[in-house]
This record gives sequence, structure tokens and C-alpha cells, in this order.
Amino acid sequence: MGRFILKRLVFSLPLLLGITFLTFLFIQIAPGDFLDKLRLNPQVSQDAIQLYEQKFHLDKPLMVQYFVWLRNILKGDFGYSFSFKAKVFDVVSSRLFNTFILSLSALIFTWIFVIPLGVIAALKRNKFTDRFLSFTSYLGISAPSFFLAFIFLYLATFTSWLPLGGMRSIRFEEFSLLGKIIDIGKHLIIPTLVLSLGSICVLQRIMRANLLEVLGSPYILGAKARGLPRVRILYIHALKNALNPMITIFGYQFSALLSGAALVEIIIGWPGLGVVTLEAVRSQDIYLVMGSVLAGGALLILGNLVADILLGFLDPRIRYEKT
Amino acid sequence: MRILKEIIKNKAGRIALLVLVLLYFSVIFAPFFAPYPYDDDDVLHSYTPPTKIHFLNLKEKQFGPFIYGQTYEVSEYYQRIYQEDKSKIYPIKFFTKGFKYKFLGLWETDRHLFGVGEGKIYLLGADLKGRDIFTRILYGGRISLSIGLIGAAISLCIGLIIGGLSGYFGGRVDNITMRICEMVMMIPSFYLMLALRASFPPNLTSTQVYLLIIVILSFIGWASTARIIRGMAISLRENEYVYAAKAMGLSHFKIIIRHILPHTLSYALVAVVLRIPAYILGEASLSLIGLGIQDPEASWGNLLSSAMGIVNIRLFPWILIPGLFIVVTVVCFNMLGDTLRDILDPKRRIL
Repeated sequence: MGRFILKRLVFSLPLLLGITFLTFLFIQIAPGDFLDKLRLNPQVSQDAIQLYEQKFHLDKPLMVQYFVWLRNILKGDFGYSFSFKAKVFDVVSSRLFNTFILSLSALIFTWIFVIPLGVIAALKRNKFTDRFLSFTSYLGISAPSFFLAFIFLYLATFTSWLPLGGMRSIRFEEFSLLGKIIDIGKHLIIPTLVLSLGSICVLQRIMRANLLEVLGSPYILGAKARGLPRVRILYIHALKNALNPMITIFGYQFSALLSGAALVEIIIGWPGLGVVTLEAVRSQDIYLVMGSVLAGGALLILGNLVADILLGFLDPRIRYEKT
Repeated sequence: MRILKEIIKNKAGRIALLVLVLLYFSVIFAPFFAPYPYDDDDVLHSYTPPTKIHFLNLKEKQFGPFIYGQTYEVSEYYQRIYQEDKSKIYPIKFFTKGFKYKFLGLWETDRHLFGVGEGKIYLLGADLKGRDIFTRILYGGRISLSIGLIGAAISLCIGLIIGGLSGYFGGRVDNITMRICEMVMMIPSFYLMLALRASFPPNLTSTQVYLLIIVILSFIGWASTARIIRGMAISLRENEYVYAAKAMGLSHFKIIIRHILPHTLSYALVAVVLRIPAYILGEASLSLIGLGIQDPEASWGNLLSSAMGIVNIRLFPWILIPGLFIVVTVVCFNMLGDTLRDILDPKRRIL
């Protein structure tokens, strides 16, 4: 298993390199850079700007700049954010954690519902429950996350139960540890709902289709013929096999979730990676953009890796040792 | 034609098609249906709620649809509270004269579906600058709805060409293009969109932004189509008629165009319809965060951007209506796509 993980990580390096290089290229193609603002500022002397240019190698050709950036990363230096006036590592790591909390809670919430709903829909196939779930999932698939975010915020304004956006209350620092956790938990509710509704709808249908396919297979018929209890057939024999394809989806879902989370973060005001990236792109804060793209990519690779490992545990046909 | 008939036979397909045709129709003739020009602002009507349409006033002996005039008071929180001014009555006239526009860009006219003369009618309320949201939805739909069609069509073309080439030739070409595809597909699309947008100057004209959004969205969308077309091309190239065409000395290019791609078309049609929502949403999200269509111009995403403040949503909920249009459009395209898939490929009825 260890060798497999190592192998996967090594193979994902070119992907990260590709993503970061593309991003670097895109930003450098854009006319102007973050120093333009400083150049327009009469209080900043020409010498200071030149110093900046030298320090960050902005006067060098594009490829050189990229490799300087790479070399610095190997040294653990992720560069300097001009708009936040802080090290990129500090800015991104705190935001990455926030995004991670949000994605994780959405992920958990999604999967708590997907499997039972899928099973129910499959068992009540073509009955009212199934049709109702199918109809709602249609709406859920089609409602864009940003619109759901607006709607939930609007509904939340009528009650005072839920905070309207953000991640912490104003008096957050005064709370005890438990209070802090509860406070963040409360703020999590709306973005989690918004992010998971869509995927619950889609995945629930896939789960249903998977289970129906497994239930139609000969070995289930065999188990029935041998007189095994219905519950045992369903939950031990069928469910386990119906879950396998879902786990692959689980890995890919991470990418979609990250992407969806960014927009919802911006609307709800959750201080995550999406907000920072948007800010960085707007102000052409190059190293911050690179840092957040790198962080997003790393999170993604991690998600896929976790899915593969889970699959290895659940499916005895897959043995990573031998490959 | 046969496909169209089958769609109409299907209940969901019929409804979806009808709604979409209606939407596109009203958007194409936007100036005719809209009572005001899209940038017609009026500070005195900032955030007017949707105008109530009345049908009966016995005192003034007024029948038929009409609206009252409007006055406002400033509340203790310096917020305007609009009230109906019952002394002024403006009947709604149909096929009335309004602002001048070019009908379909051909001839000048000033006829509109409806108007109220001196008064101001806001069917779906007004925005900050007192512009009619109904009008702006119609004009914005021109951008949002056309970006969906054009973007999906372009990325389909790219996907067909690249997928066809790489599936047909195989080998190293195939390997490289598929790795590139995987990379594009793996990057979270929102971040890719931001990075791509970053590579262009922020202050572009509306037309430039419009074209740019199409380019960006097609760049993101081609990969998944290309992969599936490639898969089909690999199995198609082993067919006998392809060998026959090769033996007869047809060039590779012509074989791909004439014998490979036509077989993927029914899939391609479904893919286009099912992908259009992604483009509409892509444009909406870019415009929503202020990187897409800019203010005087309208698009459904950019109309929603005024809802970014929680206070605005609470006080003026009608600014969320453009979002409803997005949802309805997306639902309809999904329904249409599913119906199409069922018609073209009856084996794959999953959802």
C-alpha cells in the first residue's frame, strides 16, 4: 500500500507542474502586473520599484521566473503576496483550512443522504417515493449553487437562527473553545446545504441505478434461492457491490466540490481559497494566484488518492501491492 | 424532423421545447416586448417593487388593466417606502408607441407590446438605478442564452476534431492529447476560469468580454467531449467500410469527416444540449463576480450581482428573479437533453 501511495504521489507531480505552469503562463500573458499600481503611486520611488523587480526577478524572461518560483518552493518559500502584504504560505494555508472544513462538511452531509436515499429509491422503484425523489433531484440538479445560496440567505433573513454569511461571529474571540466550534458550525450550515444539495440529487440517482443493477444480477438470485434473509442479501451482498462505483465518483467529486465551493464562498463570504483566488486574480497578485492554484491542485490529488485507497479496502479484486 | 416529432410526443420534451422556444423568441424580439431601453435609468424609482396591475376602480370608472402612479416616503432608516398614488391612473395600452428601436436590426419602429404612457411600469421591479428588471432580463437573455448556444457549439467542434483525430490515428498523438484532456478536466473549472480570465486585461469592451467568455468556456468544455468522441472513433475505425475507404485511397482527413464523425453525431447532439446549461452557468458565475459582462450591459449573471449584499436580498427580493430565469432555462435544457437521449439511444435510460 505504501508503495502504491508513493507511486501515485510521484505521478501526480507532473500534473501539478502542468497546472502551475499553465497558470503562470496565463497570468504573465496578461498586460500589466501588480507593480503597475505602485508605479502610478507618486510616493513610491523608481528605485524601490526596481528593487522589487530585481527581488522577484520580474525583469527576467518568463521561463526563468517560473523556475525561480519552483526553486523557491523546494526551499519552502512560496513567495510574497503584494495585496495582503504577507507571505503567500500564511495567507493560503489559513484559507485552505477554511475551504477544507467547508468541503469536508459538505462531503459528509452529501454522503449521509446519498446512500440511504439511493437505497430507498431503488427499493421503491417506480412507486411514489421514487418518482418524488426523481422529480426533486431534477430540480436540484438544475438549480445552480449560487442561486441556492441566494435563496437560502434570503430565507435565513426571516429567522434569526442562522448567521447570514461569514465564518465567525463578531464576538468570536470572546467565546470558549466549545463556543467557537458551535459558532463555526452554525456558520457552516448554509454553505454546506447549498453545496451538498446538488450532488445529493445527482449521486442519489446513480446510487439507485447501481443498486438496481446489482439486485438484478444472478448471484443475488442465487442467494434468494438459497433462502438467505432479505435484509442480509440487501445490506451485505448487494449494497457492498453497489458502493464500489460510488467511491470512484467520491474522488472526482472533490474537484467539482472545490470548484463549486469557490463561488459559494464568495457569495456567502466564507473566507476560503475561492475568495483569495478571486482577489488575487483581480489585483494580479501573481504568487498568490500560483499559491492558491497549487493548494487547490494538491487538495484535488489528495481527494483522488483517498478514493483509490478506500476502493482498495472495499474491493478485494483490487490489490495495489502487485501493480 | 423525425426527432422533432418524437420530442413533441414526449410530455417532458414538449414542455421543455415550448418554454425554450418562448424564451428565445422573447429575447430575440426583446425591444418589442420591453417597455423601456435596457439602460433607461430613473433615480426617482430606485428599487421600486414590482408594480401591481389593477383591473377595476369604481370611483374613477376605470376598467381593464391599469396601474397607479407612485410616490414615496423616506422612513426613519432613510429607506424609501413606495406607495401607490391613487389619484393618478395610467391604463396599460397594448401595441403602443414607445422608444425607437430597429426591429430585428432591419427597419426602425417604435411599437411595443405594452406601455403606460406617462407612468412607469415595473413588472418585476427596478434595480438600484431605477432600471426595469423585466426589460433587463429580456436584454440580458440575449447574452446569456446566446453564449450557451455558441459556446456549446464551438466546444463541440473542437471536441469532434480533436477527439476524431486522436481516436483515428491513435498512438502517440492519442496519448498526448488525452493527457492534455485529463489535465484540463482535472483542474477545478472555476479556478481555470479565473486563471484564464486573468490572462486578459480587466477593462475590455462589452463585445470583447462577450467573445472572451465564449473562448474561455469553450476552452474548459472541449475536453470531456473530445474524450468520448475519441472512444467512439477508436471503435469506428475498425469498421470494414473504413478499411474499404482506405483501400480506395481516400485521404485520412476525408475518412474522418465522411465516415467517422457522422456516426458520432447523435451522441454529439445530446452532448450539446446537455452542455448548454454549463455555459449559461459559466457566464452567469463570471458576470456575478464582476469579471464578465459589465454594468450598463445586462446579462442574467450580472443582474444577480446586485444581490451580493445580504441587505439587498432582504429588502428587495425581486432582484433574485433573474436567477429564476436561469433555473428555468437550465431545467428545460436538461429535460430536452434527457428526452433526446432517450429518443436517440433507448438503451441508456438511467435518470
